[in-house]
Amino acid sequence: MRSRPIAARSAAALAVLVTVGLTAAGCVSAKHNSGSGDPQRNAHAKHATLTISTNAIVGGKNAQEATWISKTLIPAFEKAERAKGRDVTVKYQQNGIDDAKYGEKLELSLKADGGPDIYIIGGDSISRYAKAGYVEPLEKVVGSKVDSWPGWQQVDKSVQQNVSMNGKYYGVPNGVDGRVLFYNKKLFAKAGLPANWQPTSWADIIAAGRKLAKLSGVTPIQIDAGTPMGEATTMQGFLPLLAGAGQQIYDTKTGKYQGDTKAIRDVLSFYRSLYVTDKLGDPKLQQDPNGRDESFSEFSKGKLGIIGESDYLWRSIVCPDKSICNATAMADRNSTVGYALIPAEKPGAGVGGQDFVSMSGGGGYTINPNTKYPQQAWDLLTFMRSPTQIKAQLGDTVQITANKQVNSEILQKDPALSFIADKVLPITRFRPSEEHYASVGALLEEASGQAAAGKPIDQIASRYQQGVVKLVGADHVSSD
Amino acid sequence: MSAQTTSAPTDDTGAADASRPRRTGRTGPGDVAGLGVGRAVLFVVPALALIAAFLVFPALWTLYLGVLKYDLAGSNAAAPQFVGLGNYTDALTDPRFANSVLLTLAFVGLSAVLGQNGLGFLLAATLRRAVGWVRMLVNGLVLLSWILPGTVVVFLWQALLDRNGGTLNALLDTPGAAWTLDHPLATIVVFNVWRGTAFSMLLYSAALDAVPASHLETARLYGSGPLRTFRDVVLPRIRGHILTNTLLITLWTFNDFTPYMLTGGGPDHRSETLPVYVYRMSIEGGQLGFGSAISLIMLVINLVIALFYLRLLRRRGQ
Repeated sequence: MRSRPIAARSAAALAVLVTVGLTAAGCVSAKHNSGSGDPQRNAHAKHATLTISTNAIVGGKNAQEATWISKTLIPAFEKAERAKGRDVTVKYQQNGIDDAKYGEKLELSLKADGGPDIYIIGGDSISRYAKAGYVEPLEKVVGSKVDSWPGWQQVDKSVQQNVSMNGKYYGVPNGVDGRVLFYNKKLFAKAGLPANWQPTSWADIIAAGRKLAKLSGVTPIQIDAGTPMGEATTMQGFLPLLAGAGQQIYDTKTGKYQGDTKAIRDVLSFYRSLYVTDKLGDPKLQQDPNGRDESFSEFSKGKLGIIGESDYLWRSIVCPDKSICNATAMADRNSTVGYALIPAEKPGAGVGGQDFVSMSGGGGYTINPNTKYPQQAWDLLTFMRSPTQIKAQLGDTVQITANKQVNSEILQKDPALSFIADKVLPITRFRPSEEHYASVGALLEEASGQAAAGKPIDQIASRYQQGVVKLVGADHVSSD
Repeated sequence: MSAQTTSAPTDDTGAADASRPRRTGRTGPGDVAGLGVGRAVLFVVPALALIAAFLVFPALWTLYLGVLKYDLAGSNAAAPQFVGLGNYTDALTDPRFANSVLLTLAFVGLSAVLGQNGLGFLLAATLRRAVGWVRMLVNGLVLLSWILPGTVVVFLWQALLDRNGGTLNALLDTPGAAWTLDHPLATIVVFNVWRGTAFSMLLYSAALDAVPASHLETARLYGSGPLRTFRDVVLPRIRGHILTNTLLITLWTFNDFTPYMLTGGGPDHRSETLPVYVYRMSIEGGQLGFGSAISLIMLVINLVIALFYLRLLRRRGQ
């Protein structure tokens, strides 16, 4: 008899705990509805602190950017603010980690209503971040002065679009890149291939690879595949190939993703012939968590013939300057490394009927909607993207910036980058700004990895299709 | 502890006097401490509050997140959808989930239950008869593998197993052999045996010290061989230690995340144990709700393992 009231009491206690738990849990759904507050909040604060975060670290990854922010940008900005009678302190959060891990770290801190005041967003993340409340249109965060910023006139329309959604700016662009096939001219000479190589079809790439395969100790071709390469797989590999097969991953007009389509199967078959049938690539490299860095290292040592990459390889991996490119620096880069446009599967078969294709990335700096100091943050953002600071960021190196005036001054110094600016950017495509893209991209990584490991194409394609349908619903997937 | 410190002062104040009549009123034959319900509750409340805050609440929270489609970014981050048991059915029908359960069982069985247990006991038994300095040296080396930080150890192992210029390839003269890629499960099994043997060794050393020397002496006088002595004299003495040790290393290994640092769960999910699977789905894939659901399934599996061992222990007690 005595046990009954105890049982009743424990049940009551449990009920209370459950109620408390679920009430608190209700916060999950109510969290991000608040949005940004008054753009003028703390506009006249005597002391303000701002935090910038990027995936760069002095002496490590993207060292040049980290050095610029900490040594040049911050002191110059703080001085400029003092001259305006404002005391602003800028803190810089350095990171030197894998890009995907950096994204996870940023998302987790933003989710907890924290995060830096200023951070970089990729154009493809804007939709996902906006839906989650991690970014908002700049005019909502800062006010109407955003649209009248004179800097916009220096930014190309396509580059503006990369930081915009529904006609509104979400960030201030930092630059743009393009993808080509880099190749080693010395190896090409040994294999009897021309120094100014330009393939016009996928078959041409395979043919060149077969000649390179005759050289001993040389991996002929590296096109990123598989999950360990992360987003590099889609950007350097799958999406340029898909564009070459005549499709983009997401059709904005119909709102459909590519499912089990001919284009997808063609790309998978290309991977298969590259890594399995013709054995022109190193499939182990595609499984290795450090595979991309390994392939950079091989390319810089003259052990890799052709690599599909962005101009990042040229600027930051094989540049002649050891202080920037560390162990992979190539003193003879300008004479040894060649670059060619990525051909469509067959001439004219590329997206939009193109003969050659490319993909571009890039994004910009944005302001955390939860910042305490929106006006000061906007000052910093525009200060960062002034021509003086853009040039300070580049130092002696050359990069395609988001400023036409700066580009016209510096690009002529570098043949590869002017090639990309002149020949690649006009034919390039950007990743879709659609909230499911990141998850679809992960499915593409998985599929390409399986193709490189030799699984049957039909099986991979139909599993990929199931995955996409589960993500976005059958109505938003095209298949043929 | 906190129960005593918070309620002790009330004994000397009016509050104690006020509760006295109630105490006498409710003290029954089962009230051994003679506290009465009110004061007994007062004693356990702080402990219950701690349990509620750090165990019950997180568990309920996990349970709640597990029924949501709740992501790290995108619209499901701002407004999660209720999907009921959807996450659980998704997990249970996902071939990747089944794959990681099987992998985890193999990993735990081979590296902890067999590997760490066996090697730990062997070392403990052999070292008993070793010379002092040998014992110290081996003990020190084994302990080192246990106390070094995981990240450092993983870095050392990467240098050992590296495809290009790794120590193992240099020693075996097998240039270009990709151990972590070709034998992912074996890699993490050997690694975990190497890493965790120290605990079993220490525990079994202590256990073996508890076997009275006179018993061993007697067995030897009666002509019992080493195997027989082990079975009839040593084993009955240390059975409890074996069970406790196996329970602990099973649970630790089951929840161990270190394989991720060594192989990243790959290639092709071939070393994707459950903790790695949870991490890859919830953090890398951004599906926090789905991750919570699988975490809860893991918790249940942990509970089943613990209950299984505890039953074995109790049966031994009877």
